Amino acid sequence: MNEPAGRASYAYAVARSFDPARLTGVRGVDGAEVRLVAYRELVAVVSPVPLTEFDEAALRAKLERLPWLEATARAHHAVVDAVASSSVTLPLRLATVYRGDERVAEVLRQGHRRFRAALDRLAGRVELGVKVSTDPQAMAPADGPSAASPGRDYLRRRRAQHRARDDAWQRAATAAQRVDATLAGLAVDSRQRPPQRPQLSGAPGENVLNAAYLVDAGRTEEFAALARRIDAEAPGTRIELTGPWAPYSLALPDDEEPA
Amino acid sequence: MTGNREVALVDLLDRVVAGGIVLTGDLTLAIADVDLVRISLRALIASIDPEQDR
Repeated sequence: MNEPAGRASYAYAVARSFDPARLTGVRGVDGAEVRLVAYRELVAVVSPVPLTEFDEAALRAKLERLPWLEATARAHHAVVDAVASSSVTLPLRLATVYRGDERVAEVLRQGHRRFRAALDRLAGRVELGVKVSTDPQAMAPADGPSAASPGRDYLRRRRAQHRARDDAWQRAATAAQRVDATLAGLAVDSRQRPPQRPQLSGAPGENVLNAAYLVDAGRTEEFAALARRIDAEAPGTRIELTGPWAPYSLALPDDEEPA
Repeated sequence: MTGNREVALVDLLDRVVAGGIVLTGDLTLAIADVDLVRISLRALIASIDPEQDR
């Protein structure tokens, strides 16, 4: 069916068909109930949104407002997460909106082969995130000024601080190489994302590696244990694991162009 | 999958805004991916440090 005038269909994910009862009580953007649009063995998970709130101008303005962005991102993720715990899932990017369910079905039909191949590759696998950062504790400033020569003391301390920061960065970069070389061996595929800026992550250190790995679901413990071991063997460096995630970063093989 | 733990916003945006499959929707044709990432990052930075947002 097409949405009544003024309504559109917000699409969260494409998945292999699964029991819609699994999504009972799952709410999407703006608290709307989610539903499935089916085409052969595929489904798209959608919920109705007001057309006018998701046209380009409205969306542009809303993206600028963090409370809206955060609420929408969390709602999007909650639905994707629920789908991923029910079936093999291709997460779609935030704010993928169609004029109605008929259009969504058409997209499934047109992309059928490509979606099926992508889902085959993801079956039984999850995405794990790994971030490697410098540990600011490890570059604490040296001793305070002496009364004798505050100026020279200041310069000396500044140099020591710079050196400590360079050392910390170098240590983290070495750990990052080790992490990537080791963990990629356990993973089916991996992707490096741009490092996170410290003012955004709220983390005190400098982010050197921000990577995602596609891992067989049965190997996530092994993966985490290996990451923890490298962390323990790399003092002055922080290694942080996130996930398991639906395969947001690794939905498609690297060489495949998006539609 | 990620359970009840609240996911850090920066990690979440890394995925739902900068990741996921990009399909061409009907309504947002002109918002390129780069724009989506840039606009949302700006919102995030402005919320944390209003001074930086010009």
